[in-house]
Amino acid sequence: MVAIEFRDVYFRYNEDTPWVLKNFNLKIESKETVAILGHNGSGKSTIAKLANGLLMPQAGEIFIDDRKITPTNVWEIRQKIGMVFQNPENQFVGTTVRDDVAFGLENRAIAREEMLRRIQESLQQVGMEAYENHEPHHLSGGQKQRVAIASVMAIHPQVLLLDEATAMLDPRGKKEILATVLSLKEQLAITTVMITHDLQEISIADRVIVMNKGAIFKDTTTDKLFNSHQELQSIGLTIPLSVQLAIELEQYGYPFSTYPLKQEELIETLWKSHLKM
Amino acid sequence: MKSYMIIGQYVPGHSFIHRLDPRTKLMIIFTFVFIVFFANNLVSYSWLTLFAFAAVLLTQLRLGYIIKGITPVWFLIVFTLLLHIIVTKEGPILLEIGSFAIHQGGIERGLMISWRFMLLVLVTSLLTLTTAPMEITDALEMLLGPFKKLRIPVHELALMMSISLRFIPTLLDETEKISKAQASRGVDFRTGSMKSRIYAIVPLLVPLFISAFKRAEDLAMAMEARGYRGSEGRTKLRQLQFKRIDYITAIVYLAVMIMFLFLRQ
Repeated sequence: MVAIEFRDVYFRYNEDTPWVLKNFNLKIESKETVAILGHNGSGKSTIAKLANGLLMPQAGEIFIDDRKITPTNVWEIRQKIGMVFQNPENQFVGTTVRDDVAFGLENRAIAREEMLRRIQESLQQVGMEAYENHEPHHLSGGQKQRVAIASVMAIHPQVLLLDEATAMLDPRGKKEILATVLSLKEQLAITTVMITHDLQEISIADRVIVMNKGAIFKDTTTDKLFNSHQELQSIGLTIPLSVQLAIELEQYGYPFSTYPLKQEELIETLWKSHLKM
Repeated sequence: MKSYMIIGQYVPGHSFIHRLDPRTKLMIIFTFVFIVFFANNLVSYSWLTLFAFAAVLLTQLRLGYIIKGITPVWFLIVFTLLLHIIVTKEGPILLEIGSFAIHQGGIERGLMISWRFMLLVLVTSLLTLTTAPMEITDALEMLLGPFKKLRIPVHELALMMSISLRFIPTLLDETEKISKAQASRGVDFRTGSMKSRIYAIVPLLVPLFISAFKRAEDLAMAMEARGYRGSEGRTKLRQLQFKRIDYITAIVYLAVMIMFLFLRQ
């Protein structure tokens, strides 16, 4: 099954601006965890908004679950694809956590009893059940984003789309969100698309798509991504410190089978590396 | 919780009045506002005053706190009293200073009107003291529900109200941040003439407005992504339910008001 498919998509925000996406093709299989990487202006956020029908392409077709997005079925499509935005503050609609999770359910005319059940369920999935009656200004950024994820999960979507959901969070908030996404991935078989410019985040993805200038620059698996580290640097992405160190070490004759994304991974590989020699 | 000081003076609690359905409270206060104007003698005034004080006692709030809450209106009450004393020329003259005379009718009328005013303010302040802003919003949405047929966007207005309430703390935080940022750039908010202080607000308001519009745009997009398309075909999580205390209160209130009709002239 194909969860998201872009077929020859062209998109630009204004007639007199250059194409953000030009003859763009992308296929994401269902139950895949995909990270879409790219620096500002590479078109990565536009992909999210197109997939959700918040923007319509000038040319080309977008399919969600093998159904083409049209202005008439866009509301059904949005039920299948839940989206979490960048700013934790500006997507919190309700006056309390509970009301916020309920908002999407209310919009879909879910019966009240079912709503109460789903609120419980989705708050548990993100570990926020203890905060049900809290007001947004008493929550941290990471907690607000977890509530945003819960709000999306309550709809039971097939695809979870995170549009730079960790960009405005502190390191602790980032960790919280990654842990949440990882546990969702384990609990439910759900397609996850993470749009980010943070290379640390791709550690939980199976597949990485690097965007540059409105086109796919590289489409690879997470562990193979840094094999082409020079190319990545040439389009302005910063390589994580642990990978940089590994690359340096390689030049001194210490080979790595995969490049470590986290410090712990680097240590793991290093202390065992001597055994193989 | 400084933010909530500004929204209203809601004091959380579990008193009888707190537990009443906000719709009951709203309806009682709405009708009370009209009924007060029908009081026309000492007995009927005393009866309504008794009712108001009974309600105050039932809130279990400190009287001092309630009175402090209505301080801004004291000036208006005293002003009304004086105005009536000076203007009304009825009944025997009590005091005469030169061409200026105070009539008995004036004092009577003045006392009555300002007393009426006091009762109004006191009872309406009980609503905001014992009901959370969100509850009032819910109650208004439900009570005004029938007006949807007249194409009045009741749901949209209620949503606007609840979103405004939700964003008040956010915008307050932002105001503080911007004012600090501007102060660090040398804007002086505290000293100087009235005029220069008002001018100092401009560099505070402009960024605040810009960011508020940005927030509104983001929020609209998030709401759309979450399937919001107006009031049609929507269910509601927040529900209000009349309970036994509401029925009891309604009956007692009705009895008090019937009694009032007999007491007035």
